[in-house]
Formats: sequence, structure tokens, C-alpha cells
Amino acid sequence: MAQDNYVLEMQGIGKLYAGNRVLRDVNLQLKAGEIHAVLGENGAGKSTFMNILFGMSVIHSTGGFEGKININGQEVSITSPYDAMNLGIGMVHQEFMLIPGFTITENIKVNREITRPNIASRLFGPKLESLDMDAMNSDARKALDTVGLNIEEWTKIAGMPVGLMQFVEIAREIDKANMKIIVFDEPTAVLAESEADTLLQAMQAIARSGIAILFITHRLDEVMAIADNITVLRDGALVKTLPKTETNTFELAELMVGRKVEKIVQASDVQVKTDIALSVRGLKVLMPGEVVQKVDLDVFAGEIIGIGGLGGQGKLGIANGIMGMHPAAGQVSVFGTRLQLNDTKAAYNAGLAFVSEDRRGVGLLLDSSIEANIAFTAMQMRNRFLYRLGPFTHMAYGQIRRHALEKIKELDIRCTGPMQLTRRLSGGNQQKVCIARALALNPKILFVSEPTRGIDVGAKKIVLEELVRLNRELGMTIVMTSSELAELRSICHRIAIICNGNVEGILAPDDSDVNFGLMMAGTYHKLRGKEVV
Amino acid sequence: MSSIWKNIVSNLGFARLIIIGFLFVLVLGAAYFAIPLGPLLSAALVRTGMNGIFVLAMLPTINSGIGPNFGLPLGILCGLVGALLSIELDMRGLPALLFAIAVSIPMATIVGLGYGWLLNKVKGSEMMVSTYVGFSFVSLMNIGWIIMPFASPEMRWPIGRGLRVTIALEERFASVLDHLWDFSVAGVVIPTGLLLAFLLMCSLMWLFMRSKTGIAMLAVGDSKNFAQASGLDVDRNRLLGTTMSTVLGAIGIVVFSQSFAFIQLYEAPMTMGFPAAAAILIGGATVKRANIINVILGAFLFQSLLVVSLPVANKIITVGGVAEIARIIVSNGIILYALTQVGRGD
Repeated sequence: MAQDNYVLEMQGIGKLYAGNRVLRDVNLQLKAGEIHAVLGENGAGKSTFMNILFGMSVIHSTGGFEGKININGQEVSITSPYDAMNLGIGMVHQEFMLIPGFTITENIKVNREITRPNIASRLFGPKLESLDMDAMNSDARKALDTVGLNIEEWTKIAGMPVGLMQFVEIAREIDKANMKIIVFDEPTAVLAESEADTLLQAMQAIARSGIAILFITHRLDEVMAIADNITVLRDGALVKTLPKTETNTFELAELMVGRKVEKIVQASDVQVKTDIALSVRGLKVLMPGEVVQKVDLDVFAGEIIGIGGLGGQGKLGIANGIMGMHPAAGQVSVFGTRLQLNDTKAAYNAGLAFVSEDRRGVGLLLDSSIEANIAFTAMQMRNRFLYRLGPFTHMAYGQIRRHALEKIKELDIRCTGPMQLTRRLSGGNQQKVCIARALALNPKILFVSEPTRGIDVGAKKIVLEELVRLNRELGMTIVMTSSELAELRSICHRIAIICNGNVEGILAPDDSDVNFGLMMAGTYHKLRGKEVV
Repeated sequence: MSSIWKNIVSNLGFARLIIIGFLFVLVLGAAYFAIPLGPLLSAALVRTGMNGIFVLAMLPTINSGIGPNFGLPLGILCGLVGALLSIELDMRGLPALLFAIAVSIPMATIVGLGYGWLLNKVKGSEMMVSTYVGFSFVSLMNIGWIIMPFASPEMRWPIGRGLRVTIALEERFASVLDHLWDFSVAGVVIPTGLLLAFLLMCSLMWLFMRSKTGIAMLAVGDSKNFAQASGLDVDRNRLLGTTMSTVLGAIGIVVFSQSFAFIQLYEAPMTMGFPAAAAILIGGATVKRANIINVILGAFLFQSLLVVSLPVANKIITVGGVAEIARIIVSNGIILYALTQVGRGD
């Protein structure tokens, strides 16, 4: 049987999270010594797929999964990472799981130490056996040589460059004797380019030694460099599995991104003025996980500009940096006036407003009422909703209530009344409260980050329609940051794609899927540079 | 019926019901032992008024996100210095009380700003740090009481150096508020002036919490990220909360001393923050949020428990000295119970 050649076979894998389907009928076959890339956008289902293979508790505590997994032709049940390890499945994590105070050898051999009996162990049992450091060092050396790491095995982890830690992590996996399959979860995300190249070589060396590799990534050039076969996932479904020799980067980009652009709402047809509302030059933002390296961007008055890109590339850092939420440097001008960075108050005074991507953490006072939330920022920054008597102020309940009732109606906030605590609202309604709060400032430029993350379709439509209405009727300039490309393409006039903390390029919403895919993967200029210019 | 019960539970909170239930049992006990209830209630009202401002001092720190101000002794020490100055200047009656308060406010402001600056450096462990800052300051002032150049023979030891441990206020401003406009109803003496002073402070705080600054402070205490995203200076608001609390501590000890009729120096202020923190928690506050109702209800419940438990314990255990021990157990028990409610957020 041909099947017997496969070291790993996953058939009809599906998964529901609380009624939401995140994976549907995914098949995957892996031979010994093969490098198989799993490609997809954020949220395509890659992580869930790997969690199933690795038996993570998040899968089994939410009702298990559909389909079956065969290892060497035998059906197996993997219900914990421990099972997965016994079956010879290893994983190199995105976040390193190393003990900083231990040496490389100790990290590689932790809990699998090679030991020698001694007097104490003869008396009190094997737990007290001595460590055979020589044997452990030579094993570690062998593993380090396989991954091409020329560093002494007795070096401590603490203080090592991030790139090297990744290799130690890999060395630990391949040192395990029965290792058959290693999963690399976006291993190059934290590496510099030269380190990434070394890593790819190491992966090829590992594959040559007969271990199969599953390589999860969204970097197309790496896939083309080392993968033998490629599986593309999109929206939880298998799009296509194809050998590298029969495809090219352009096709992969299209497969990864491509989807019918559903027109959730009709795009605003306002004639965009050519006045520059917001000019950003050399913006650098130190937002953890979303670092902005150097962004240059002009936003025209009266447009909706989309900021897209994959997670962790820095798209969220732009709005947060300009609004002073994270340390920023560079030049930002609002309608020609230089904006003082790292000063949230100055940003509000310049006519900016911000709807944060972190709705519950930053966007709302969860234990305050809807009306208090809506009025709060305008009260503090614009002195709205206040009675004043000399230096004394007192909140104007009547005005706050009337304003809240108006907004509840306008944005269709489903609630029991303006006194309801925002904690008890659904995600979509919380988002509407956040937007109402920003609007109470009467901003000239509105930053909206991930406005539809985690909210249902109906609320999504209302939120997007409201943005279009604000743009069309009030001429408000909107900077919308979103991971949902389809959503950006449905309402934005222009879309800037951020990759590696830089603007990779600006596209029209009806540009081709291929171009969007290439830009998001950061390979647009490498491949298209000459053609386009 | 069950829905009414649920309503009461959700409005008052389960912890409050337990305390109220306990108080009710004690009152029944007092009635059983034929202890006259009038004087008990009078005493409870006086104690509520004299401790109320300490409880109120917990509110600004809780609402600005610092938690109960266990460093209350800092403010108390400032107030004590003010009270001593009024005696040194040979003042008497209400003017002496007002002078003591007026002098201690600027001192408490300066101390509060420094203390607030410190608390901004130790975000996340304010409760522990503030407790020990309070202890240290009390110890520091133990030296202060010895070397301060007060000359009034009323306050100095007759021989040797330094101030006495307790200083009688009988000739000074003892009970000036308690006896201001006081009257008696059905055997219960109402200390009108004292209660009015307490309620006045509460109203001022109520107004403040509804001003722009007060609302900003609430937001800072609720969510630092939200406040920052709304353009607020988190540290400044915390500083303001700490300073207000310290000033209230200073005012509180002057009012406390006039009811108590003595000024207590040296170790006495050391633990005065704990009953106040316990009272506001019993009143329904959490370590993250408190309102004026929590302050008034908490002060009354906590002090009533102490007032009623002592004579009842005296009747149950007649052996001398054991009743005092029982009282300490009850008082610390209430504090302990209140502290177990920390972080429950009910």
C-alpha cells in the first residue's frame, strides 16, 4: 500500500470552537525526510491544525476534533503533548521554552539526562544517580553540529542572541532519539535574514537525516527555497496541496489571500481631496509585538485609508504610536501642524481620536455605564458634559444621558439602557460604545484599529456602515487598521500594506489578489520591483 | 419572596449581610442582658463620627487605584503636630480645633506629595509598601516627639525630655464638636456637631468625585490603560489621591482626638490605618472601588460592632480582663474578615 510510506497522515481534520467552525476537512500527508510547508494568513487555521497534531489541551477541553491521525499507517490517539512526544512529534515554538540559567547541554538534556549509578542511587533509588556530563555534552555537540551551530555546548542560555536560542531549541528536539516529525511554527519570525538562511539550511540538513518537517509560515520565499510540498489553508479550509515544482510565488500568494471581495457595504464615493490631512515621516514605534521600523505615509483629507498586513508586522503600532500609547519617534503633521509625539493629550487636541484594538483592556471602563464611557474622553479633553463654576466642575448628568440615548439609537447599541455596565455588553455593542466615545470628541481624523475583531456579522455591518457614513456625511478622515483584508477592500479608498514595520506598498482596493498576497508576504518588491517601476 | 431576598443580597452584598446579622445578634444579646440600648447607640454614633473621616480617607486612594491607604499614620502624625501647636499657643475651644486642622493641612499636603511620589515608584505593591512606610514614619516621629522644642508643661514630662504619651484635652478642645448643638432623643444623645462635620466632609468628597478631576481619578483607578488612552496623566492622579488621603488623615486625627479627649503620641498611630481600611471594606467597597455610602455604612457598622460587643462580652465572660481580650479578638476579627474580602469584588 502506498499509504505505508507516509510517516504522518491526517485525514478529514475539522474543529469547532463554541459553534464556530475554524477548520473543515483538512488532509495532509507527510513522508520521512520531506519538508512540507503549511501556508496561510493569520486566522487561516494553521495554529489550530498544529494544536490538534500536538494534542494541546485547548483542543480537548473544547470538545476534541473531527478526523483521524495515522502515524506510520497506524491510527493513533493524541490527547496530550506527552502523547505527541512519545509518538516522535516535536515542536519548535515561536516563544522559546528554555531555562536561561542552564547551559546549552543542560537545556537540551533536561528531564532526559544520561546518568550513572553511584552509592547513593544504589541505596535510595535511581533518582539519585550522577549525571554523565561527558556523554551529555557529546550528544549535545552532535545535535548542535546537525543544526550548524558553532557554539560551545557549555555556554549558558542567558545573554545569548535570540537567533541562537532558536537553534538550541531545535537541537533539543532533534536530540530526542525517536524523533520522526518536527513542527516549526513560524521559526524565522524573530530571526535576522542571515540567521534565517542558516536556519533554513539546518532544516534541510535535518530533513536529510530522515526526519519529516512541517513548516508553518507565511513567508513565500522561504517556502519556495526549501519546501518539497506545500499545503495552503484559507479560512479553515484546505485550498490546495501541491508540490513546489509545479507552482510559483505568484500562485501561492493568490491562493493564500484570494477570496471573493464581499461588498459588505458600498464604498464611499466621496471625491477625495488632495489636501494632506496626516503626514507621517520616519515613524518608529516601540509597541511590543507590533514594532514599527520606519513608516512614511500621507493620508488625504476625506479618505478612508486602510492599513493592512499580517499580525506582528507593525500595522497596529502606527495608530498606537501617533496617539502616544507606545513610545514613538519621527515626524507626524496633522493638517500641516507638527504633532508632539508621546503625548496623548496633544494628539486629542490636534483633532485626532482613537478606537483601540484592545477593546476590553484599553477601549472601555468595563465597570462603568455606557453613558459614562461615551462621555468620558470628551469630558476630560474637551470639557464637554460639565457644569462649571469658577474652578469647580460638576458632571452634567442630563447632557450625558441625552447624548448617550442619541448614540444608542444612532449606532443601534443593544442594551438595557444607558446605565448598563459595558462589561455586560456583547463584543459588537462594546465596539459601538468605543466608537461613540471617539465621536464625542468631534475628531477630524479618526483612527480605528481592528474594528470588527471578534464581533458578529450583523454588528460588523453596522460598524463598517457607520464608518462609511461618517466619511461620506461629515467628511471625516478615517485611518482603519485591520487584519481582515476583505473588510479593508470593501470600504477603503486606498490600502497600505505593512510588512516588517515598513510600508511595503499602497494598493487600490480592487488590485489583484496576487499583489496583496505578495505585499503581505513582503516579497512584492523582490519579485515585482522591476516590472512595476 | 425569594426575589426580594435576592435583591437585598445583590444590593448589600453577602458580606454586608453577615456583618449586619452579627450586629443584630449582638444587639439581641445586649437586650437579653438588659444592657440599656440608648447609651450604646449614643456611643456608636460618637465613634462613627470620630472615626468616619479616617474611613473617608481610604476613598481617594482606593478610587485612584492605590488601594486602601495603610500609610494613614503619615497624615495622622501631621494632624497630631497641628494639635500640639494649638496647645503650645495656648488656644482653647473650637478655635483651637480649627487652628489645628488649618496648620496640619499644608504639612499633610507636603508629606502626601512625597508619599504619593514614593507610591508611584512601587506600583503593584502599594498595600505592603504603604503599611511599612506608615510604621517607619511612626518610629521616626517617636524620636521627633522627644526632641521637638515644645515648652508647654501640659505636654512635657515633668522631669526629663520630650512629650508625654497621652496629653489630656479636657481644658483645650475636648468634645467641642460632640457637644455642639447636641440634643437627646429617647435616651440617645445625638452628637450633632460631630456628625455634621463628618457629613460635610462626605459631601465635599461626593462633589469632588463628580467633578472632572474626580471622574478622571476614578478612571485611573479602574483602568490605567483606558485613562492613558484618554490623555490622562496616571501618576498625577495617583499623587492627588494620596495627598487627599493624607490630608484627610490629618483632619481625621484632630476630630478623633477631640472626641477621645486625649492626644495619643508614640506608638498609638501605628495601626490606626487598619480599622479604617476594614470599615470601608465592610461598608461594601472593594480595593478598587468605593463610594460615600460605603464610607458611612462601613464606619457605622464597624464601630457599632465594637461598641455593642464589649458590654455583651463583659456579661458573658465575667472574669476581669478577659472581656478586653474578647474585644480585641472581635475588632481584629472584623479587620481580618474585611481583608479576606479584598479582591473578591462582590
